[in-house]
Amino acid sequence: MEIVFALAVGILAGSGIYLLLRPRTFQVIMGLSLLAYAVNLFIFAMGRLRMGAAPIIDPARGSDPAMYADPVPQALVLTAIVISFATTALFLVVLLASRGLNGTDHVDGREPDQE
Amino acid sequence: MNGWLQHLPILPVLLPLCAGALLLLSSETQRISRATIAICATVAQLAVALALLAMADGRMAAPWPGEVGVYALGNWAAPFGIVLVVDRLAAIMLALTSTLGLATLIYSLAHWKRAGIHFLPLFQLLLMGLNGAFLTGDLFNLFVFFEVLLAASYGLALHGSGAARVTAGMHYIAVNLVASLLFLIAAALIYGVTGTLNMAELAQRAAMLGAEDRILFNLGAMLLGIVFLVKAGAWPLNFWLPDAYGAAAPPVAGIFAILTKVGIYALLRFAVLLEDAGTPAPFGGEWLFYCGLATIATGTLGVLAAQKLDRLAGFLVIVSSGILLAAFGFSGTSLTGPALYYLVSSVLASGAFFLLIEMAERNRTAAADMLSITLEAFGLQDKHESEHPDEMAGVAIPAAMAFLGLAFFSCALLLTGLPPLSGFVGKFALLAAAFSAAPEASIQQAGMFATALLLSGLTGMIALSRLGIRVFWDTERPAPRLQWIEAGPVAALILLCSLLSLGTEPAMSYFNAAAQSLHDAPAYVGSVLPATPVKGAP
Repeated sequence: MEIVFALAVGILAGSGIYLLLRPRTFQVIMGLSLLAYAVNLFIFAMGRLRMGAAPIIDPARGSDPAMYADPVPQALVLTAIVISFATTALFLVVLLASRGLNGTDHVDGREPDQE
Repeated sequence: MNGWLQHLPILPVLLPLCAGALLLLSSETQRISRATIAICATVAQLAVALALLAMADGRMAAPWPGEVGVYALGNWAAPFGIVLVVDRLAAIMLALTSTLGLATLIYSLAHWKRAGIHFLPLFQLLLMGLNGAFLTGDLFNLFVFFEVLLAASYGLALHGSGAARVTAGMHYIAVNLVASLLFLIAAALIYGVTGTLNMAELAQRAAMLGAEDRILFNLGAMLLGIVFLVKAGAWPLNFWLPDAYGAAAPPVAGIFAILTKVGIYALLRFAVLLEDAGTPAPFGGEWLFYCGLATIATGTLGVLAAQKLDRLAGFLVIVSSGILLAAFGFSGTSLTGPALYYLVSSVLASGAFFLLIEMAERNRTAAADMLSITLEAFGLQDKHESEHPDEMAGVAIPAAMAFLGLAFFSCALLLTGLPPLSGFVGKFALLAAAFSAAPEASIQQAGMFATALLLSGLTGMIALSRLGIRVFWDTERPAPRLQWIEAGPVAALILLCSLLSLGTEPAMSYFNAAAQSLHDAPAYVGSVLPATPVKGAP
């Protein structure tokens, strides 16, 4: 499972970084989204990958930590998802405004050969 | 009374949050009541910050024992709950934030808050993020407060709209989004290795990591350091800064003057806490020193090349960041106190300078350098509309040009570090500390630091006088009309800097005490964690 998970994170992050370095705003926002997915998965993995373990203590099963998943990364990843979702939405609005004001979707607000 | 006082550390976060929510709910048309809410909230924050400043020093009876005040949210004990920590450094930064916030807020009430919607709520949320970032004792909470202040700053950077702002704002947002993602990776790595997010417990556990874990931990710490360096505007991660600050509306740029210092504060805090763990690279030592020197160099070149005052001000912010980074990277800890003095002085001065620029350039009739920005966005039309109902308070002050010239001159003295104002005292104290405290081996380091400091001051002076001549000795330009509520905050900020230089001795002793208690990491850890856990049980 680890290798599949690591590959998924790596591919997402790699594609994200590639797109982030592209000159069009749409590519940049897609890159940011992919990078955010990779980061969220990464945070999740930092609580160690466990199958079939709940993060909440069940009184019937006792409180041995070995039986449960780490709840902290799951709480962190929730916060991270909300924040990256909101900032991506904001970035989307800004890139639309930039497209409207500059008439181009280049990140510099003008086509490179116009200079 | 004491029961109420112990909740004081949470107020700098709660007050702007409540005020921001209230402002969001009230209609934009109720100008006077909205302005009153915003000013009352900011004045209350200033009062709380001053009280905390006195308490952290023991001049006022503090509700907590010892020097470091700890506020456990929800009364959960430290490693499990989130804590807010007040020491002298945090209190200084809080007071600085609310002082600058109040000045820029009053300035913005003249007409800037009407250049777009939701200025006042965003402003309060920015203050909340700043205060929270200075107070928090939890790594992930620090990330959340960074996001709060960044989200508000994105909105504020775009305030007034226009092509230049949107383009510069887009770069600013993209850079900071990537930095936030790096922050998350760093926080996750550090949590994965040490199993804690509490900064005090982190300091303990980092010191007892095994060799394998240490590599991962250092990686996480390195990423964290890069994030803070991006915020601090360190070279080579600072190319977004002059554009974003230069394009932002003046009151926004004024409060942005403190944003770079959040990164520097976080860097300093973590550098001290991780000292036992062998201070990973970006947090201190030679590396940070040369990074600071490179930042000073880029800032200085930018200062010389800048053709407009607002870009010049952006590069001056970079120079001051570079000086602080170099000072913290300097071997030994004796530079921290003077560096804090310089930080306060430079934040106040650059805040005042950003506000001043717009007033000085106000009567430029859509000059070529503003072609890309719409007239509305600069509020140029507003000066013909003095019949606005809420401009009753704004009587044009006489001798506007004389005031502007004097203020510009004082700002130039402050920013370049010439006597007699506090900029000079700060730089002089830095140099004196660098030369007197340096061990024999690092006299070369002190020499480089002094050269960079003096050269950056000289070039700043050249650039400021050149642009100042162009702006103030321009005979074809009619004298600008100023209102009291615009000129007042600038005058107050400059006056504060003069007070700082008059009261150098008490101020410097406070800053030195702050530096001492900052570098006393065991005291911090001991106050935050109720009982020291047994060693070797991570």
